[in-house]
This record gives sequence, structure tokens and C-alpha cells, in this order.
Amino acid sequence: MLSAESLARIDREIAKYPADQKQSAIMAALRIAQEEKGWLAEETIRFVAEYLGMPPIAAYEVATFYNMYNTRPVGRYKLTVCTNLPCQLTQRHDIGAYLQQKLGIGWGETTEDGRFTLVEGECMGSCDGAPLLLVNNHRMLTQLTPEAVDKLLSELE
Amino acid sequence: MSEKVIFTTRELPEPAALATYERVGGYQALRQILAEKIPPEAIIAEIKTSALRGRGGAGFPTGLKWSFIPRHLPGPKYIVCNSDEGEPGTFKDRDILRYNPHSVIEGMIIAGYTLGAQTGYNYIHGEIFELYEAFERALEEARAAGYLGRNILGSGFNFDIHAHHGYGAYICGEETALLESIEGKKGQPRFKPPFPASFGLYGRPTVINNTETFACIPYIVRNGGLKFLELGKPNNGGTKIFSVSGKVNRPGNYEIPLGTPFAELLEMAGGMREGYRLKAVIPGGSSTPVLPAEVMMQCTMDYDSIAKAGSMLGAGSVILIDHTVCMVRALERLAYFYFEESCGQCTPCREGTGWLYRVIHRIEHGKGRPEDLDLLESVSRNIGGRTICGLGDAAATPVQSFLKHFRHEFEHHIEHGRCLDGCH
Repeated sequence: MLSAESLARIDREIAKYPADQKQSAIMAALRIAQEEKGWLAEETIRFVAEYLGMPPIAAYEVATFYNMYNTRPVGRYKLTVCTNLPCQLTQRHDIGAYLQQKLGIGWGETTEDGRFTLVEGECMGSCDGAPLLLVNNHRMLTQLTPEAVDKLLSELE
Repeated sequence: MSEKVIFTTRELPEPAALATYERVGGYQALRQILAEKIPPEAIIAEIKTSALRGRGGAGFPTGLKWSFIPRHLPGPKYIVCNSDEGEPGTFKDRDILRYNPHSVIEGMIIAGYTLGAQTGYNYIHGEIFELYEAFERALEEARAAGYLGRNILGSGFNFDIHAHHGYGAYICGEETALLESIEGKKGQPRFKPPFPASFGLYGRPTVINNTETFACIPYIVRNGGLKFLELGKPNNGGTKIFSVSGKVNRPGNYEIPLGTPFAELLEMAGGMREGYRLKAVIPGGSSTPVLPAEVMMQCTMDYDSIAKAGSMLGAGSVILIDHTVCMVRALERLAYFYFEESCGQCTPCREGTGWLYRVIHRIEHGKGRPEDLDLLESVSRNIGGRTICGLGDAAATPVQSFLKHFRHEFEHHIEHGRCLDGCH
């Protein structure tokens, strides 16, 4: 269900917590599973839950509570743009609007070729870097301009 | 330039490296404590003298918080660092982790020694994932140097720290939601009491402090509480990092003594960009009351001055609102945030945040009704104080303060279906 490499990474997370508290590793384990699979299908969540010895519903609760988990398929690149107030005030360009126009999709939608999903995000704790976005949750790009966005899109195949 | 407590390495090459931190006196406090076997009570006394107050927003005296931990209770105790920074306008912990992660690590180790704990967790906001990975590398460095792990520096004291990441939930910045999250559950706050000091992580005594709070500890131990206190002003000891956002020339983090005039901070941030005048300031993050610019210009940046002006220093997240901003639209976005981030546990917050958002949304979109402002007051009053955690109050506060100071903009919107300044 998950690769040996992913399981080894999950084991390293489990080791951070007391031996009787394996459930503590669920957030990292779901993240690792998502990195491998792209999104968290029900069967993936169930597998991770069983691996940690916790009820599948408890793992499902975690997957649906935290908004960086993809509980539905997404494009190869999920672009999450912060649209919260401090970013709106600080930014010199409205890259959210620019991306919607450029990609021809709205918030929460995926381009027909399956390359991009555009998501409206909440505060990422980096307001001075506005406008900013996350590529697949983990790579943050700040102080974007329309030109920088064009360059990014052409790089992400 | 004034003395720095935390950004001591920011201007140096490889600021985050352990060797850089050691060059500016890093890990000296820990070495001294272990070599001289300084009694825990003496460390807590120094922290009390320093008047260090929690930097995450609540401003609770750190020395007092530490003194609540039953140090001699057998069994595990935990030190937890709250780096789950997601309050709109706040981005200081990101730069502490980026430029000086070892100050946080040393602060947590000293807490472990003082409170008799052997394990610490740093809960890091999921959106700054690269810094979560960097923090894990910093922990490795500290382990390799003998500052973490078993028998630290040959003292017989054991302490280790692990990094835990969030994954997109503002509520986990609330301390008990954060503990639930480390336990592998959805982040719904616990009813208090019991407080984490007696029933925290895995039901064990736990101290939770903000990243910046831990980062101040080594300085206090090294230089004495009095020295730290004197950097600031009475009851407001030390320096504080202020995150400045909005239409200034240099948005960013500024570490300055508590008690510095707001006007000076604004100047450090390069002043307002050309063509923009300051209209209002949210001084401590989106959940603190907005203040008109003229009130703010009379304030100094410390807990007491901002409280006297009718707001809160919060996490020191200074959101500058310029004259082009429609206050209805600004509040609509904040109201949406609290609606989106309410964990759903308490009815007044779960239902009330959505209700607030929908009413503000219709005012913003020209469909406001004359009775809407009273309705907003009423809904916000019925959330505040009626929920398990502070998110309900955090959602209510902006609504009340925006209406208090900028009521005319809302009235104009309702009457004319558009902005006072004609922005749409």
C-alpha cells in the first residue's frame, strides 16, 4: 500500500513519541502517505490507521480536520495562495486573480490537463512576503510578481 | 541600534548554525546551569524578575507559569514549544526558527532542567514546512554537540526534543488544541481547568510556551532577570519582535525594546509607501481590537500602553491599514477566516462565526439591512465568553472594534450599497 521508503519514514516519526502513543505520528504519517500518493484516498487513510494501530475513523477525522491534506485528487501541482487580510494589504500584485485568469480556473478547481489545482489558503505566517503561495504544501514562494508566476508555471511540468 | 535578545545571529553568515550561535554566547547559559548545578527555584526567580510575559499573545508571566509545574511529581513531564503561528499578521516565530533555532532549543532544554522534564516537542506550523525540516537538522546538530540526549555535557541530565508539524489548522495555536494535535487527534481545545501544568500532553504536567518566549530564556539566565527587565520597562521586560505588515516600505520583523514609541517602529519599517496614509492599526494580530491611526500614534509598543488605548499587544503583529482600504471589506475577510477556522466544537462559535461572515458579506455586497449593525453586535456578544477557547472571542473582537471606530463606513455601505471612498 505504501512503499518501503515511506514506511521507514513513518517509523522514524513513530520513534519521536512514547512507545504507547503511536497515534501521535498520524499527522506526519498521513503527510508522508500524501507525498507518495498525491492525495489521501479512504483506503490509504485506513492503511495508515492500521499501521499505527488506531481506529480508521480517528485517522479520517485528522485527514479531514487539517486543510493541507488532500482528501480528493488534486492536480500535479497544488498552488495554495494566501488571500488573508495582511497579505492583501501588503502585496503589490493580486496573484490570486492573476492565476485564476491565467489558468482559466477558479478557487478549488483543477486545470483540464491535470497540472494545476488552485486553492485559497489561510494565514501561512509569512505576511511580509506577500503575495505568496505554496507549491504542493511544502515549497513557499514569496514576493511574487506576474512575471515570477509565469516563470513558475512554465517550470512546473 | 538597541541590544538584541533573539536576533543576535541574523546579520551574521550562516545565522542558524550552532557554531554561529555559540559565537554570540549561545549554550553558555546551559553550560553554567549544569556546571554550577543552579537550583531550579533560582532560575524561576530570575525569570520572574525579568518580567518576561508570554510572547504568543496572552502575555501571561512566564516565571509564574513555570512555578505551577509540580516539579517533584514522579513520572514524565513535558516541555512544549508553540511554533504554530497562524494568526493573520504574525510571522515572527518563522524568523526565529529561520535565523536562531538554537535559542529556542537552549530555552527548551533549560525549561526541561528547571521543571524536571526529559522530553520536549516543538509544534511547527505546517505551512512553513521547510523550517520544520531545518529545525530537525538543528536538533541533530545539538545532539551531535552533546547538548541534547542522554547525560547532557556529562551532567547526568537527560533531555531530548522532537519536532512535530501542524498541517493547516489555526486552532492548533490554542495550547490545548495543540496538545490534542500532538496526541494525534483533531485539534479541538480542551475545557480548562485542568490546565496543562497539571494535565497536559498525555495527561502529564506540561509547560507550553511560545517560540519567542523560549528564545528569551538563555539571555535571562546568562545576564540575569534584571538586565532583561531593564531592556524594556517595568512590568514589560525585555525586547519584543514586532511583525509589521501593510503598505509600508519595509514590511518585516523588528526586534525592539518594549516601550518603544509606535511612531519609531513605523519609521523603522520605512514609513508608509508613497501615496498611502495610515488610517488604522491592528496592533497585535487579527484578533486584537483595531485602533484609529491617531490613537496608535500616541502609543508605545508594550502590553500596558496598548491595553490602555483599548487593544492588546497580542503577538506583536502590527497590521497597518491605509486610507484606501474599505473597512467593511477588510472585516469581511477576517470574519471569513474565523468562520473557516472555527473547530466546530462549541455552538456559539461554530454557528456565530458563519452568521457574522454572512451578514458582513451582504453589507459588503450592497445588500445590507438597517438592522444589520445591531445584529452584528448581538451575535458577537453572544459568542464572546461562551466558548471553550478564545477563538470565539477572537472572532467577536474585530467585529466589535471595527463597528466602534468605523461605524460610519458600515452605515454608508448599508445606505448606499457601496463604499464611502467609492472603491467599488
